[in-house]
Formats: sequence, C-alpha cells, structure tokens
Amino acid sequence: MLEQESIANHTHSKTTGLPRKRFYRARAHSNPLSDSHFPVPASPAQFDCALHYPQFFPPNKTNGSQKIEFADIGCGFGGLLISLSVLFPDKLMIGMELRDKVTEYVKERVLALRVSNPGQYENVSVVRTNSMKYIPNYFEKGQLTKMFFLFPDPHFKEKNHRRRVISPHLLDEYAYVLRVGGIIYTITDVEELGVWMNACLDGHPLFEAVSESELEADPVVELLSSATEEGQKVARNEGQTFRAVYRRIAASR
Amino acid sequence: MEDTHMEESEQKLESEVAPALIAIHPNQKFISVSIGSELRVFNLQVSEKRVTSLAISSDGKFLCFADKFGVVYVVDIGDHSCENQAPLSKKAVPILSHYCSIITRLEFSPDGQYIVTADRDFKIRVTVFPKEPLNGAHEIQSFCLGHTDFVSCLAFVHCQDSANQLLVSGSGDSTVRLWDYASGSLLDTCDVGAKAGLLDSIQGQDEILPAVTDLCATPDGSLIAVAIQSLPGILLLKCNLSSRTLSLSKVISVDGEPFIPTSIGASSSVPLLWMVMGASSISQPNNNKDSTALLARVRVLSGFDFNGSDSISHETRVLEDKEVPYSDPLLLELQGKLCIGEEAFSTAAQAVKMSMRNLLIKKHYSAERREVRKKGRNDKKNQTPLS
Repeated sequence: MLEQESIANHTHSKTTGLPRKRFYRARAHSNPLSDSHFPVPASPAQFDCALHYPQFFPPNKTNGSQKIEFADIGCGFGGLLISLSVLFPDKLMIGMELRDKVTEYVKERVLALRVSNPGQYENVSVVRTNSMKYIPNYFEKGQLTKMFFLFPDPHFKEKNHRRRVISPHLLDEYAYVLRVGGIIYTITDVEELGVWMNACLDGHPLFEAVSESELEADPVVELLSSATEEGQKVARNEGQTFRAVYRRIAASR
Repeated sequence: MEDTHMEESEQKLESEVAPALIAIHPNQKFISVSIGSELRVFNLQVSEKRVTSLAISSDGKFLCFADKFGVVYVVDIGDHSCENQAPLSKKAVPILSHYCSIITRLEFSPDGQYIVTADRDFKIRVTVFPKEPLNGAHEIQSFCLGHTDFVSCLAFVHCQDSANQLLVSGSGDSTVRLWDYASGSLLDTCDVGAKAGLLDSIQGQDEILPAVTDLCATPDGSLIAVAIQSLPGILLLKCNLSSRTLSLSKVISVDGEPFIPTSIGASSSVPLLWMVMGASSISQPNNNKDSTALLARVRVLSGFDFNGSDSISHETRVLEDKEVPYSDPLLLELQGKLCIGEEAFSTAAQAVKMSMRNLLIKKHYSAERREVRKKGRNDKKNQTPLS
C-alpha cells in the first residue's frame, strides 16, 4: 500500500496532488480500427457503476439506480468533464478514451480532485474503450441526455474518413443511446471536419439542429471551446472553431 | 473460388426446398437470384470486401448483403417489370454498418419489420427495416448483448402469438441464446457445448470452446437444430414458447463417418433437415492431384418437426444415402461425387473443427510477432532505403 502511494506521488504534483501530464504522454492519435484487447462489459447491465461512482452507490443501500447521462467521447485529458461535474453535480457522467495513458491520467485527476474537494467530482469517471465499437455495451437505449465529441481526430485522407467518430452510420448508434430530446455537441478547429460533421448530422433523420437562441441559453455550449485542453490551445493560437449541436428527435414513421 | 463452390452447393441444396436461388460470382462481382424461371443478376462491384452474408426481404423487394467491412448494402430487386437491363445498373446502397467488425449473419424478421445483423464482436443488432430502405436504416430497435464470443448464426422462432418475438443465436462461446429481439432482453442461455458432452473431451487439450456453427428452427418454433463444431451429428433443442426457455431434447449422432455439419437448412413444409459438411482449401496429405481440395457431404435428418407431445417422433434419424429424396443424382450434384474417402473425411473433420473460429476470432500476437507484422506493413515498406 505504502509502496503504491509513493509511486503515485512520484507522478503527482506535490502542491495540488494532481497528476502531472508529462508522466502520461501519449501519441496524439490512436487507430480505432485495430483489434483491442481491453475488457468490455458484455452488456450495459454488466457495467459496474458502483466502482466508478462509489458515493452515488453506497454499498449498504440498494437504491442506487441512477444511470450515466452524459458521455464525453474521446474525452482526452478530461477538461470538459471536470467543468461539467461542477455544473451538473447530480448527473453521472463518463469520459471514454481509447489511449490508455490518457485514460489513466483522467482517472488519477478525478481521484485527486475528489480528495482535495470532498463531496465534489463524485459524479465523474472515465473508462478506456473504443466507443466507436462498444457504445451499446455501455449504455442502454435512450439512456444518455448529452453526448460530446470535442476536437475529434480529423482523419484528413479520404481513405480514412471511415475512422471519423462522427459518420452517418455511427450516428445511428448515437441516436440509439440518446433519448429523444437528448443533445449531441460537436466542435472542431478543422473547417473540413466541421463541414463534414454538420453534413452528417443534417442528413440524419433522427437529429435536428438546435436553434441559435437555445444555444445561447445553454451553459454547456460555452464550455465546448473553453473547458478542454484542445479548445484552450486553439484559443491561444487564436484559431477558429466550428460547432455543430443537434437534438435527437423521434423517428417519423 | 472455393467459397463459391460452397455457396453453390448450399444453394443447390436449398433448391430442393425453397423457391429462390442465389449464386455469387467468384470475385463477388455479381449476385444472381433465380425465382422460378426468372434469372436476375445484380452488380455488386460497389463492395470492395468479401460478402459475408445476404438475405432477401420478406416481401421479396430488397436484397441485403454484408461485406467484411461490416457494412450492409441494400439493392432494390422489387420492380422486375423491365428485368433485362435495369437490375444490373441498380446500385447497392449502404444502409447500416457495424463499425469495423465482420458481420457473420444477416436476417429479416418474419414480419419483415426488422433487419437483424450479428457480428464477431459478440453483438446482435436489431434495426427497423424502413419503408424506403434506400435512404438507410437508421433506427436501431435493440441490441441483443450477452454472448461472450463471436455470434455465428441466427434463427427466428416463429410463433402464433405476435407479441412473442423470439430469436435464437449461436456463438463461439458454445452457447445458444434465446432473445426477445424487440427489447433485446436475454431470455435463456443453453450451454450446448456442455450439453453435447464436448467440453470434457476438449478440456485436456485446450480451453477452446466448440463454436455453434448453424441453427435451424422448425416452422412452429418448438424445435431447434444446432450444429456444433466438433460434434459429429446434430443437437436438437426444445423451445418452450410459453415459459420462453430452451432445453436439450436430443443429441443425434451420425454413424459410420465423422460428419460434422457446417450448415443446415429446412423448408417450411417438409419435415426434413438438410445438412452439409463442407470445407475448402483443405491441405492434401498425399498431394493427390485427382482429389480436389473441396469437400462437401450432404446428409438428411428425417422427422424434423414437433407433434405436440413431449417426445420427438421416433422417426428422427439420419437417412441413409439411398433414402435421401432424389437419392444418387442429388448427392452426385451436391457433393460432386458419391463416395468420399475416409482419409479426406477425417482431414476435413479436423479442418472444420477450427475453421470458423480461425476466421472470426481476434488474433492475439506476442510483442515480438507484432513487431514483425509492423515491419511488414505497406506504409513502412516504402520507406526502406534501396540498397
């Protein structure tokens, strides 16, 4: 136990107790097409929420039926989740990240924040997974109310467009896990990808664009560009961002 | 080429029992469908990868097929008033996809409402089949999740009660599972590998479970035939439609030869179960040029129905070759020859045991092997300096 702590301390800042990024360096991209060998829950029922949100699922109580409502797909270093956690303290949210070192960083970051801010950040967690492949293994039909795709890998080559996390066929799965009225938030600093994501969402029968006035009223929208590490980088470089926010609508039959 | 042979032989087998026929061009450039005296050919060149499964919608208007990328395409085959040239030019349109997975089976629900796809990532997806499928099938009804290995086969359990929408699936995890496919809920799991007594014999060597390769339900849905890799014979499961459970009915073994069915089928009107054991690209031990590397053996099980009582009709048995309908001419056509050498048979049986698993499992490479594979990658090859 002691030994573990000393290892953990080595990678964490002495003053804030937060993990230091330089010990969690990872390549910027990961191939979503390669076969993965990390554990995946066989079905959403097998996903152990109590492990991720111990405060929400006290061991001696059986009323822990609350479900995850927000998913940040490709959460990176977890900037958005940390902001959302304070904004929506009673909603459970999860980050999904394919790069294991980055996932490890977010996990340590959340644990450290929980220690330094008792009672806070209990509603946020992270999981290492390929969300393009395993979304239905984590969430039931209509479980989510918000999904985030912030600064995804642009995959410029046409040959690699099928690796993009927003694509016409993957939107079917996102529509499945989002409940009617749920919102999908996307943002990028790559114009070409912004146009692509907008076109995919526009062409999908189960999504409609959220109006400008609603966007202004939504406190989450501002976070898209300000809360994430990627977004701050773009702001530093005074770059442009392209946003697409869409609502899940019922199928017309 | 080998695959085509398999497909053809299976399709010819079907021709004895079903009205429509399908054949696939060796390089999957075309699919042809024959219904009665009509022959229709469709251009498939849109698909770059191998076709893994196909099905025709229950109203006969659409053909759907899946390729090895995990994409399902639809072709409109409904309007055959101008069948000479028009169908060939009809484009296959992608309608849904399993992200970077191999779709192992594709089926339409009996009422035509859903298209159900199974993949090697343990998933079964139930998608609403829209009225205008050319615009894509976007609405997912459910996912049936619970298998712990690739899903290899699907069969609908027909029943009178329309509220009961039952589906059975077979998998590399050696189980057959019963689902309410509209909700995606798992109703029952039957460990057929253990039930067939296959696990004990295997335990000593390896921890590989014998995969379920095919399923076939009787028209009333009460009886399900199960083909399992390494089971020389067929296993019959009873499906209780009211309690929605599966139970072992009988294991029927085949005498005289190691017959391990790789594909099975039945018509809705004749109580016969048609079974084929086939393998392509079998290595030839004695390099005999006369014997081709293809093997197909057809057997037929009689009494494949359910008469309401708890015991299956006593006539449930594997027919001798001379008792098979159309007898020798049929077998000659389907098998290519009447007699199959014992040696070829046992080689095939050995190959068949692992074939499906080898096609579908995720390969684990050692760190060393991974490095070697990386070096062999095309993008790296171009960078090696010429010396």
